[in-house]
Amino acid sequence: MRAGIVVFPGINRERDMAIALELSSGHKPRMLWHKDSDVTGLDLIVIPGGFSYGDYLRCGAMAAQSPIMAGIRAHAERGGHVLGVCNGLQILTEAGLLPGALLRNAGLRFLSMDCHLRVERADTDFTRHYQRGQVFRAPLAHGDGNYIADDDTLDRLEGEGLVAFRYATTEGEITPHANRNGSARNIAGIYSPNLRVLGLMPHPEDLVDPLMGGTDGKPLFDGLVAALAA
Amino acid sequence: MARDVNQALAREFGLSADEYARVLTIMGRTPSLTELGVFSVMWSEHCSYKSSRVWLKTLPTKAPWVIHGPGENAGVVDIGEGLAAIFKMESHNHPSFIEPYQGAATGVGGILRDVFTMGARPIANLNALRFGDPALPRTRRVVDGVVRGIGGYGNCVGVPTVGGEIDFHPSYSGNPLVNAMTVGIARADRIFLSAAAGIGNPVVYVGSKTGRDGIHGATMASTEFGKDSEEKRPTVQVGDPFVEKLLIEACLELMATDAIVAIQDMGAAGLTSSSVEMAGKGGVGIALDLDAVPQRETGMSAYEMMLSESQERMLMVLKPERQAMAQQIFEKWDLDFAVIGHLTDTGRIVVTHQGVVEADIPLDPLAEQAPLYHRPTVETPKRPPLGEVADPVGIMAGLLTLVGCPDLCSRAWVWDQYDSTVLGQTVKRPGAADAAIVRIEGHARALALTTDCTPRYCLADPEAGGAQAVAEAWRNITATGATPLAITDNMNFGNPEKPEIMGQFAASIRGMAAACTALDFPVVSGNVSLYNETEGQGILPTPAIGGLGVLEDAAHAVGLALTPGLDLVLIGETTGWLGQSLWLREITDRQEGPPPMVDLLAERRNGDFVRAQILAGAVRACHDVSDGGLLVAIAEMAMAGHTGVSVTAAPTAPAHAFWFGEDQARYVLATADAPAVLAAARAAGIPAVHLGKSGGDALTLADGDTISLDKLRATHERFFPAWMNGLEA
Repeated sequence: MRAGIVVFPGINRERDMAIALELSSGHKPRMLWHKDSDVTGLDLIVIPGGFSYGDYLRCGAMAAQSPIMAGIRAHAERGGHVLGVCNGLQILTEAGLLPGALLRNAGLRFLSMDCHLRVERADTDFTRHYQRGQVFRAPLAHGDGNYIADDDTLDRLEGEGLVAFRYATTEGEITPHANRNGSARNIAGIYSPNLRVLGLMPHPEDLVDPLMGGTDGKPLFDGLVAALAA
Repeated sequence: MARDVNQALAREFGLSADEYARVLTIMGRTPSLTELGVFSVMWSEHCSYKSSRVWLKTLPTKAPWVIHGPGENAGVVDIGEGLAAIFKMESHNHPSFIEPYQGAATGVGGILRDVFTMGARPIANLNALRFGDPALPRTRRVVDGVVRGIGGYGNCVGVPTVGGEIDFHPSYSGNPLVNAMTVGIARADRIFLSAAAGIGNPVVYVGSKTGRDGIHGATMASTEFGKDSEEKRPTVQVGDPFVEKLLIEACLELMATDAIVAIQDMGAAGLTSSSVEMAGKGGVGIALDLDAVPQRETGMSAYEMMLSESQERMLMVLKPERQAMAQQIFEKWDLDFAVIGHLTDTGRIVVTHQGVVEADIPLDPLAEQAPLYHRPTVETPKRPPLGEVADPVGIMAGLLTLVGCPDLCSRAWVWDQYDSTVLGQTVKRPGAADAAIVRIEGHARALALTTDCTPRYCLADPEAGGAQAVAEAWRNITATGATPLAITDNMNFGNPEKPEIMGQFAASIRGMAAACTALDFPVVSGNVSLYNETEGQGILPTPAIGGLGVLEDAAHAVGLALTPGLDLVLIGETTGWLGQSLWLREITDRQEGPPPMVDLLAERRNGDFVRAQILAGAVRACHDVSDGGLLVAIAEMAMAGHTGVSVTAAPTAPAHAFWFGEDQARYVLATADAPAVLAAARAAGIPAVHLGKSGGDALTLADGDTISLDKLRATHERFFPAWMNGLEA
């Protein structure tokens, strides 16, 4: 798997993502500078977490206008894989590659804690090493993770099986308490219609080493490596 | 700002009549406004340490592993494998009272710059926070703003906030303390210093543009507050963590080359202190052309530019042949890069603005003739012994009160707003162990980090309190299995012109020095914050300690969470010391008696034993016994692990004194092999007692008194969310 990580100014989880990708694939990912637009020769492009452009406008709005986004858009249109985490999901929604938007957390405070995610389908290249309905743990770290979209869009996402993960209890129940940021229908991550673009708020890349408290996030990267080994 | 320079203006700028007379002697004429500004900030308490220097010099600062002690931007210690840990703690107390969010945020930003300016990538932030009476609405507003500010800056800049401490006491109501600590990692052979060299070399300004914010911030930090302190809001700076993040990446990219001769961040007193200190340390002169300074406001005067404390700025001396390459790196990161002067052989700082020389000051006298005060001291009288104290409530009621009180309740509400996992190396997050454990990327090695101080002990006996703060930091590092290496200190005190305050300062230093020596735990960096008084009311003496230790293998670290089926063993001697204990304060409303004695030999012996047991693999969990005493320590281990405890040990002192006394040098170990640990302790002459076993979902004493973990946890977790949501105070 040839992976690249986009570095926007203000991104801060690119090192975490590089560690997770290298651990699963055995290869160091390529770092992609936001002012470049050449992303050819890659199987997977990752937009990591952080505060691109300080999030001083709407989160992700500035980054979505960067030169590299044209390359990412073309990559996605060719059927390439894209993973956006946290600020990455915000950027993908601002760029129109995924529907909806992210608002301030319901409690209006930054949230840094572990959450539990229920895997809504296990037949995608991102989730093939999880089971459907499986619950895994992942750290949250965001101020604007409250997913919103109009009802038609939410119905379509659910109807077409494009909800990737939902905030759940450890037993897999979908409850308001498990949904700390207030996301619509407990949605934590969504796919594009071809299931090749995934955006999610929590950070599976920060839970790939037993020393850091667990390996719940590792199957996502192992699955990608298995799917994209070429 | 056309003002006549005279003694009245000097007074307004914080210079005494004597100090102003000295300025006149050095200059041989009346100084210009800009020159007076330079003298006043360089000779402020904040920049010159004029009241504290004579005492700070008595602290032990050396050890074989110390690479740079106090005097650089931060302390540097060798942690093995060719790596150095660079760290420092610094206060932002005065700004945080005036404007809590920006005060705390820029405190984090400032300490980060002190660390990456030396070539280190910051890998962890910690803090030590003190707030006033929770019953005051203002306290709630300050807590909210400070916590948001620390998170707002640290989360954005992408450095995990992994630890800290929070105390409440009415003495901080008008003077909250915000002490921020940053730890970074560099190659031991790639440390960058601030001494300028090379006559003619360019002086380069990078980072944010200069505005009118923070002018005279260092002077403000050197006076007491009165009723008008709200009017000082314009002296508080505004932080931009996004630019700081860019500055970190650009500086580290440049530091991978050989371009930099010297580098220093522009912190307190901004361009003045950075240029004066770099040139002064290098024994050279410096010429600055302020027309070249990047400015975000129009019409700024030389005075304003020299004293601005605009954030996220650095000053560097570069090799001339590397200037173009350096400029490319900063432009790549969209940061300002401007050559604003050059080094000279004059030994003077000469500041030119719009063709006019606005300041021309000899550097040696500015540094060497800086005021130095041996201020009078008065010893704090010893507190009389406490005598017998009856228990009015019973053990379990006392335990519930303690685990729920503001000083001991769960800090989850606070930690949940700090990103503690970014960078992917956080082995023990806040609350998981006595010290935070952060692994070094690409290595098995990890750092153990903590901040500690018990100000109520320091008030009652500053010498014992100073020793206790150092000992507790050492103990918290030891309790994870790490080897303590060095500390940074943040000395927060009241008005040093009062002999009793200066006496607190001197005695605290004495206690700290004794502990540092006994524990091989030298001071490598630090900061002093005096004049923490509002309307004559001083804070508790608060020598906050930031401790750093190292583990050769992060996998050896232990936390405090219990698992079922383990034996609990108490290490250290229990006499039932209730003087200055939290139990005495929370249950009987008394803040009396002497604080617990700190037996440094026992600390050393017990701690070395505990560490050896952990590294031998005999210990599954470990927690030091501190605020609240033994039963609180056991309860904290139980709550952290969601596992109950059946205590079988009988008190060897009156029950409340045994369970809640705060005797020092104690640890609770959880082990699967109690006989071996007890035998090893006996062989080493270490006091050790088998306390009981872990399991179940309640904390039960030998006499059958019991409390469910659910009830303990509900009480423990109630205060912050309820208080901050305004439901109850």
